[in-house]
Amino acid sequence: MADIPTQADTTASGEPVIEVNDVWKRFGSLEVLKGISLAVGRGETLVIIGASGCGKSVLLKHIIGLLRPDSGSVVFDRQEISTMPKMQLAQVRRRFGMVFQGAALFDSFSVKENVAFGLRRHTDYSEEKMSAVVAEKLRLVGLVGLEQKMPGELSGGMKKRVGIARAIALEPEVLLYDEPTTGLDPIMADVINELILRVQKSQNATSVVVTHDMQSAYKVATRIAMLHDGRIIEVGSPEEIQNTHNPTVSQFIRGEAGDLIDTALG
Amino acid sequence: MVTVLGSTIENLISLIRGAGRFSRFSGSAVAGAFVERPKRRVILPLMMQIGLQSVPVILATGAFVGMVLAVQIYGQLHRMGAESLSGAIINYSIVAELGPVLAAVILAGRIGGAMAAELGTMKVTEQIDALRTLGADPVNYLVTPRFLACLVLVPMLTLYSDAIGIIGGYIMSVKYFHVSEFFYWHQTKMFIENWDLMVGMVKSIYFGGAIGLICCYKGFQAKQGAEGVGRATTNAFVASFVAILVGNFFMSLFFRSLYTFLYE
Repeated sequence: MADIPTQADTTASGEPVIEVNDVWKRFGSLEVLKGISLAVGRGETLVIIGASGCGKSVLLKHIIGLLRPDSGSVVFDRQEISTMPKMQLAQVRRRFGMVFQGAALFDSFSVKENVAFGLRRHTDYSEEKMSAVVAEKLRLVGLVGLEQKMPGELSGGMKKRVGIARAIALEPEVLLYDEPTTGLDPIMADVINELILRVQKSQNATSVVVTHDMQSAYKVATRIAMLHDGRIIEVGSPEEIQNTHNPTVSQFIRGEAGDLIDTALG
Repeated sequence: MVTVLGSTIENLISLIRGAGRFSRFSGSAVAGAFVERPKRRVILPLMMQIGLQSVPVILATGAFVGMVLAVQIYGQLHRMGAESLSGAIINYSIVAELGPVLAAVILAGRIGGAMAAELGTMKVTEQIDALRTLGADPVNYLVTPRFLACLVLVPMLTLYSDAIGIIGGYIMSVKYFHVSEFFYWHQTKMFIENWDLMVGMVKSIYFGGAIGLICCYKGFQAKQGAEGVGRATTNAFVASFVAILVGNFFMSLFFRSLYTFLYE
């Protein structure tokens, strides 16, 4: 494992809707992102893979402006997000939906209120219309009639699906998924993969999925990018990634510990 | 020596930075009340949780504060043969000093701790990030209603606590120690002015605001995991406690000087 990660060709396959340009981010003494550049084309599903703790979620949070880069820029639809004032950013975020790793449902709200949260803030729908939209989104994720349940009464997979329903309630142009299948059994993980595909198809959304679940990556991706040591070291179609010659990527996608076992176990 | 100096300077810088962050946070929370009025469906459950559910503990505290003051003060005054003054001293202490401080300390533990734990949990489970992605400003949405609820309800709860404290002090002094009822109330009326009531209320408004802002801030600062939330809750209580005691001292001093300036 003597390879030095190099920056990969990170241009988008189509018209780029999100551009991450030379983004650096440090937390205390830990440099997490070391000059990331990446473009996401309109309508594509880009999957970002990488080891746990390598900064995938940090990158995702830069895309939606939850974190601001120390240097570099994030551009969405020709608007620079990384320096945008708070009020304007809140408006731009209406065009995004984000599914969090632990679903991040609001504990004190029912399923209906969770899904309706964005609708209440951004639309003036009547209560009937709101209920109809919530019911439709819940039907799309296979949770018909669960409006009145509280998040504490749901299983992990159900929470993730409510999280997806909440993220798609405003029919956003971009969907960001942070580890959507982590912690789920293989069947439920596949249900989530199918849902990502279904939502992509029904809403024609651009999606960015962060995961270390390779089965999920191959299933949903238009392109896959590998993040390693704070840099994007390879970008390609699922086939190209599977046939990669980069030893770091190859080791990761095959799930081989190799000589990293010594580092991991001391 | 150089190391000690270096670490002292570092601590000082981090203290100043923390104060700056807290000021910005508080400024946004206060401004939030004007930017976006909290929704009834958000603030009503909070008022229920902060106000109504605190009534039993605040009544119990108030009653025992009044009664123990009566026991202590009667003991001291009885030796000097000045028991008739006990009403003035007990009721002044309740209204202007101990009542507001003790009520605020109890409420910092009960509601401040709960708020810090709730917001801390929301932070570590990414619910605060989720609010942002859905176009809500977490400070406006979560902190402003809590701050306003504390600002209004802590003084109201303090009034309850004062009232029950006065009753407790009266029962112990008059019914148990047989202090003259006439002199008890007469001396109270002679020595306690509206000014003292106003001082007590102003203090409790400050305590309410401080509890709301400090505990929400500590919740927002929570680090990952159950330990992070636990630490945020402890820090919230300790910081509120210090703010209450230090604030009380300076306000007592300030109002004393103001009273002298205005009336003496």
